[in-house]
Amino acid sequence: MSNTRQSAEANPGLAVLELSFHYGTKAALDTVSFEISAGTFCGLLGPNGAGKSTLVSLLTRLLVAPDGEISVAGCNLRQAPRKALGKLGVVFQQPTLDLGLTVYQNMTYFAALHGLPRSEVPARIDAALDRLNMRERAGERVRDLNGGHRRRMELARALLHDPSVLLLDEPTVGLDAAARQAITDHVHDLATQGLCVLWATHLTDEVRDDDQLLVLHRGQILARGQTSDLRGDQTLSDWFLSQTEVPA
Amino acid sequence: MSGFWGVARAIIGREFLRFIHQRERFLAALVRPMVWLLIFAAGFRAALGLSIIPPYQTYITYETYIVPGLCAMVLLFNGMQSSLSLVYDREMGSMRLLLTSSFPRWWLLFCRLLGSTAISILQVYTFLALAALFGIVLPLPGYIAVLPGLLLGGLMLGALGLVLSSFIKQLENFAGVMNFVIFPMFFLSSALYPLWKMAESSPLLRDICAFNPFTHVVELIRFLLYLQINWGALIWVLGSTVVLCTIAVWGYDPARGLMKRKS
Repeated sequence: MSNTRQSAEANPGLAVLELSFHYGTKAALDTVSFEISAGTFCGLLGPNGAGKSTLVSLLTRLLVAPDGEISVAGCNLRQAPRKALGKLGVVFQQPTLDLGLTVYQNMTYFAALHGLPRSEVPARIDAALDRLNMRERAGERVRDLNGGHRRRMELARALLHDPSVLLLDEPTVGLDAAARQAITDHVHDLATQGLCVLWATHLTDEVRDDDQLLVLHRGQILARGQTSDLRGDQTLSDWFLSQTEVPA
Repeated sequence: MSGFWGVARAIIGREFLRFIHQRERFLAALVRPMVWLLIFAAGFRAALGLSIIPPYQTYITYETYIVPGLCAMVLLFNGMQSSLSLVYDREMGSMRLLLTSSFPRWWLLFCRLLGSTAISILQVYTFLALAALFGIVLPLPGYIAVLPGLLLGGLMLGALGLVLSSFIKQLENFAGVMNFVIFPMFFLSSALYPLWKMAESSPLLRDICAFNPFTHVVELIRFLLYLQINWGALIWVLGSTVVLCTIAVWGYDPARGLMKRKS
């Protein structure tokens, strides 16, 4: 994306080059390319079935495409998957918490999965939970937390290993307006602090005017650029509907 | 390297924590073989005459005969339970968390396998202790000698569970696994009756039983409990473990495997 705060070459975030993927004969993604620099919040808007979830699966290496390249903070996902995944923080659309375990136990499990040194883990967990005002809940079972707190915990966990790129797949699904607002604001702040953020959603009110925007439709990038430039005089919702011609 | 052990510790520890939280699962795992041992075997002993066959050096009661088969049954059911929880994890999302770890996928799957096997072994020893309380006591060193056999058998059946979990799309399909995998594997084996007895009724059935890897898990355990090694069974189980682990790793490979489908 040309008008990001710093060029992708100088400050690499997430780069995708000519990525295609098929389920059998059905194309889910068709030569998708984009770049997002560090310190950028990029909304990935697309109606249901646009290919967002497939893209997220490819970016997290749950799937591997035969064609195309993905680079996470300068690390090629195909050539150096461990290094690339180590620089990626993910909040999936589906909850990925162990409900029977406490917040702290969930965080410890994640820390081990990313090979964090044991001596550093307690301090990192405290800091991550502090950042989202969740420290006092460290000993609570996840089952006892409400939806908003569970999401905040997942966000805290995704940041535990200091990733350079944060990927969120419809992270506000099922949350009330206040929790949605809080998470959206917090992630925008993280981008201001230097994180590269890709936020997949179909809710236009989660994307701000000064955010970068990618519109994915039927497996292809339909539009890209700064949100205010793209939407012009229309509301983002109207503009998005006019582009995709399906209910948002 | 410490990171690899840290991952192993975390995954195995998580399996234990989950197991502790599911007390009814522990109870079911114990009740099942005890019912077979105390009710089925008691009724069946009169109907079945056993001759002296290796590794036994004297006449044994039917209860003693089926203990190794019931140990293997615990491993089998737990392997399938583990497969069920993998499908559940995939539906619930926690599988995604595991597979997006920066460690190699084969290592993550192997740790998961090791965790479920460790729990199986714990259940087998609890069952053996309960059996001893009811008077079915085996040679004391056999309890230690059987450990490698339980580990290998548990890994083989757990790997089978991994393979099945990569094939099964939804939790609802799991009932089919019970009908088409667990029951045939258990009944077409030497767990309940020796193969020579099976041959008396049908040589074909006997051949099928001899081909069933579960039979070899049972025999491996049976011989180790009496401080002997059944080399044929060992080779069968080792070979089956390698084959099943390879298929499981293939099944979970993001580029080639069975994960490549629209979920």
